[in-house]
This record gives sequence, C-alpha cells and structure tokens, in this order.
Amino acid sequence: MNDIKISASGVDVFYGDTHAIKNVSVEIEGNTVTAFIGPSGCGKSTFLRCLNRMNDTIDIARVTGSILLDGEDIYDAKVDPVQLRAKVGMVFQKPNPFPKSIYDNIAYGPRIHGLARNKAELDEIVEKSLRRGAIWEEVKDRLDQPGTGLSGGQQQRLCIARAIATEPEVLLMDEPCSALDPIATAQVEELIDELRQQYSVVIVTHSMQQAARVSQKTAFFHLGDLVEYGETGHIFTNPEDSRTESYITGRIG
Amino acid sequence: MSDITANSASGAPRKGSLLVQDGRTQRRNAAERRFQIYGMIAVSVAVLALIFLLTSIVRNGIGAFSQTFITLDVVLAEDKLDKTGNRDRDEMAKVSTFGYAPLITAAIEDRIAAEGIEIEGLSKPVDLISKQAAADLRDFVLANTDRVGETVEFQFLASGRIDGYYKGRVTMASAELDSNVTPQQLMLADALKDTGALERTFNWGFITSPDASENRPEASGLGVAILGSLYMMIVVLVLALPIGVAASIYLEEFAPKNRLTDLIEVNISNLAAVPSIVFGILGLAIFINFAGLPQSAPIVGGLVLTLMTLPTIIIATRASLKSVPPSIREAALGVGASKMQTVFHHVLPLAAPGILTGTIIGLAQALGETAPLLLIGMVAFVREYPGAPPEGFFDPASALPVQIYNWTTRSDPAFVERASGAIIVLLVFLLLMNLIAIILRRRFERRW
Repeated sequence: MNDIKISASGVDVFYGDTHAIKNVSVEIEGNTVTAFIGPSGCGKSTFLRCLNRMNDTIDIARVTGSILLDGEDIYDAKVDPVQLRAKVGMVFQKPNPFPKSIYDNIAYGPRIHGLARNKAELDEIVEKSLRRGAIWEEVKDRLDQPGTGLSGGQQQRLCIARAIATEPEVLLMDEPCSALDPIATAQVEELIDELRQQYSVVIVTHSMQQAARVSQKTAFFHLGDLVEYGETGHIFTNPEDSRTESYITGRIG
Repeated sequence: MSDITANSASGAPRKGSLLVQDGRTQRRNAAERRFQIYGMIAVSVAVLALIFLLTSIVRNGIGAFSQTFITLDVVLAEDKLDKTGNRDRDEMAKVSTFGYAPLITAAIEDRIAAEGIEIEGLSKPVDLISKQAAADLRDFVLANTDRVGETVEFQFLASGRIDGYYKGRVTMASAELDSNVTPQQLMLADALKDTGALERTFNWGFITSPDASENRPEASGLGVAILGSLYMMIVVLVLALPIGVAASIYLEEFAPKNRLTDLIEVNISNLAAVPSIVFGILGLAIFINFAGLPQSAPIVGGLVLTLMTLPTIIIATRASLKSVPPSIREAALGVGASKMQTVFHHVLPLAAPGILTGTIIGLAQALGETAPLLLIGMVAFVREYPGAPPEGFFDPASALPVQIYNWTTRSDPAFVERASGAIIVLLVFLLLMNLIAIILRRRFERRW
C-alpha cells in the first residue's frame, strides 16, 4: 500500500451555472498510475485540472471543497499556483511544444524555477529529462532544432520530458495519446509505466484498454459524479455499479 | 443544405451517367464561374485605378526631381562685398541680397557678350535667373569669405518660367501673355543651352531645401517637411508603441472581464473611428492652449498623432495576442510559469510580427495625416530647419502631407509639379516603412 499523495474531499466545480463536478472525493496514491475514465463531458478532465489549479485561468470556473497535496490544502489563499504547478506537472491532450528549440523546450521550466546554477547543470537536466522521456536517442543530435518540427508522438514525449524536467511529484496527463498513432501510444504507455517509479501519475483516457494496461487504480466518472473508484483489475472485471458495467461493456458512453 | 433536402425529397437514389452533368451541377458550376468573374473584375478595377493614380502622379511629379541650372562666372567684387577689406564675416553679413543682385546681372550680361549672343528686343536677361540666386550667392560668400575678390564659377537656379519651358509648361505662345517672362528670354535660354551654360540636372535641393515663397517655386524643397515628419514619427513611435502594447497586454491577458473593461474596449474601437480633425482640435486645446507647448512644433504634432495611432496599435496588438493558440499559454502555465512569464516569454514573441505590422500601419497612417496638423499650426510657412533633437522637437517645422497641401493651394503652375513630386517622396517613405516591417517580420519569424 502506497502513501496517499493527493486527497480530495467534497470537491464541487461550477462553470458559471453549470455544475460540472458533484461532491467528488478521491484519494490518489503515490507511485501509482491512476486512470480517470468516463464518457465525454463527464468531468474527468475538469477534475484533473483542479489538481494543479489550471481551472484558475478560466474566469467563470469556481471550485469548492478541499484538495490536499501531502496534507496541504492547495486552494489555501497562501498557495501560489505557480509553485503548485512546479510540483504538479501537466501533459495536455494535444502536443503543445513551445515554438523554440528542443533544448529550450526542456530548459524553460528549470530556468524559471532556478533549478540549475550553470549551463553544465542545465545541460545535464535536459539530457536526463529527455532520457526519461524516452526521446533522447531520437533528438540528441538536433537539440537546437525547433520542437514543433518533430512528429506528433515525438512532440508528446517531448512535452512529457518538459513536464518532468521541473522535478514534479505528481504528473497529470489529459488524454496524452488521443492524437497519437498506436506505435507512439505504446511508447508513451511504456514511458508512463516507468515514470510510476518516481511519480504519482494521474491519466485521463477515453480508451478503456489503455486504462487497463497502464493504471493500478481507476476512477469512473459519469455526469459529474465519481461513480466508482478502486483497483483497476477490480473495476474492469467486477464493477459494483451498473453504470460502470454499462460503460466498460460499451453500452453507454 | 438545400441539396440534402432536395435529395431526400425525391427519395430514390439518383441514376445517371457521371459523364453527363445534371442540371443542378451545371447551375452550381455556372454560379461558381460567375463569382470568379466578379472577383476578377473587382481586382482589375482596383489594379487599374492604382495604375492610373500612380502614372498620373509620376508623370506630374517626376519633373520636380530635375531642375534647370545656369552656370556663370561671377566676379565677387571686393568693393561691393567687403568694403573694409578685412574679411570680417559679421561685417560682410550687413550686405543684403540687394548688394549681390548687380553681381549676378553683370555675370549674365558678360556671358551674353562673351558668347556673342544677340537677340532683338531682349530685356532684363537677369530674369532668367531665380530670385533665390542672390541669397544663394550671399550664403556662399559668407561661408567662404576668403574667395572675395576672385571670380568663381557658380551654379544658379534658373527661374521657374525658364525651368517650365524645358519641362513643357511654358511655350513661346504662353510667354507672350506672361508678365514674368518674354519670348526673347526663352530664346536667350536656348542660346545659353547651346553654349552649355544652361543645363538640367538632378535636383537635390527638392529633397534638402526648405520651402520657398510663392514666386520662387524653383527654390522650394521638402527639407523642413521631411525633418518635421521624421521628428513626429519618432515621437509617435516612442510614445504609441509602448503605451499601446502595454495597454493591449493588460486588457487582453490580465484585466478581469467586467462592465468597466467592456466599456474601455468599446471606447477604444470608437476612438479608432473618430475623425482625425477632432484629434487636431483636442491637441490644440490640450497641448497648446492648456499645456503651453509651442505651435507648429513636431512634439505637438507627434502627441496628436500618437493619440490617433494608439487605437490602431491597440486593436492590432490585441488581435495578434488573441491569435496565439491557448495551448501555448497552457503549456507555459503547466510547467509553472507565472502569468507574466507566460506572456513575456511565450505569447508576446509569437505576437510580435502582428504587433510590428500594426505599428507600421499606424505609423504610415500618421505619416500621411494632414487634418490634425493644420489645426496645430504646422501649416505655417517655415524656412528654418528645426534643430537637432531633443530641442528640435520644440522648433517650428512642417510635415510632408501639409507641405503637399500647402503647395496645391499656390497659384504658380510650377507648384503642381512640386506637389506631385512631394507625393512621390511620401509614397517612397511609406514603401520604405512597409519594407522595414516585412524585414523585421521575417527576422522575428525565423527565430521561432
């Protein structure tokens, strides 16, 4: 049993008048891959974005309830979301490298957080991150070329490498493979499994096979409710709620 | 949409050869062809209008870039210019242009005699030379006091009528009716041309000289106007770019969306539509009457044009900030960049080409703006060059479009050519600015 990394209780999210997340409580463990599944519009991405306060950037979004990271309330008035996001990294649905060189893509986070004292240390961080992102071998000879010139799968791995360059403790992934082909998807999934050794990974996915392959824990969302949360094997073989069963057998969604 | 309904109404799947177009397809293709023809007509009309405009301006204005000069040997008589003989500049400055006129008269009469030119009924051959000539000669002597007593070869401007004769404006027939020139003087000009004393060369004076009075069109130039416009553009660039960009970034990226910011937004758009002459009245009331800044000064013109340019820059900047994909903002925020780091490290560099284009468009607009400048006194007749910046910003100056306006109101037909020439200069400046914009844009884009 791993430690509890993130503990959310009674979380409600409103977009204007829309009640997007209804009283969700969930505990996310360290060194675990947790998958959020559910039909489109069920709120899984919204909930994911609560975990590093990306919803702050949307004017009409309002979050209530408490989300604790290592026992500290991340919605406390004293918390600066900038510091939080350095600890809780995020990878987005569409690969979104900065239109800069591959090197600068990775080095940007460490630079603004002051993680490297000199060029040599920065070089080291860039290489380490790219290696952990399983893309070093492909790009090591062209670090000065624009990151936007890579293929879709490479771009997504670059974005993952960028996210881990700031040494986060939790990595949030919002459908990271939805724009990738099966080969690139397999590479990213393999990577996610390796990242579990050091990080707590939360992944939103539309593919139930992917959730079954990569995650240890699965949460099923439906219309803003957290319907069921438990061991991945348990959810997929022996769901307790009828809605979960309908979804994973393909009858709703 | 209608295609779908028509199809489902008929119910049955369509049968027929693909090689034969049915009526619906024919009508659709005809509509497409018609639309393309309309488009081509519209483009041709625009291109023809542009070509017509450009050719008429160039045809009228190209003459302003060449000018007729008469080269004569002038005896700088010491007893006339420096009676004391000690070459004291201040003392020599007391001799007015009237003191120089006889020297020029003597020079041209000597030349006529030397060449043996005889024209019956020729009177006042000195009228061939511009009234500006005495002043030019005086400037030369005061700058080179040691040349007094020598005979120097000096290039004089020919008078406007003589210049017009070689540009086709003046003919023997029109000279008969003209009190400023006689046919005999034109014959003399032809004779001098044969001897090589009279020639037409490129006219640098048109670009560097200050304006000249109504009856000396040949001496008028754009020097003061170009300098004034340049100073104003500097003021506009230095004020409008930072203010406009800062305002846009705040409104677009930081400001909360509420009634107040909505109101500000609407008013910025309204400001862009305010007639420029209103800005002139505003400038007159605020900058000159209230703040006490001098009239006709580039600083005031620059401030007024800044007010005019701001909305253009703000609108262009906001549009280019908006066009930066939100995924870039999310990416930066996702790795823990603050709002400001996100904007300055990622959004602004991507928006820079658009901002630059907007700024240059705004500047180009300001460069060609006339109405507000008329109200703040830049329409004045200014012969003194403004000083070097920063003091020069407060000296009286003219501006290119105002100079054009000024010349078009003068009666001498020589000014038609001058005004068109000034338009060419203005257009060249606009083209240069666009070129700079393109080069800068390329540069910025290559970095990304």
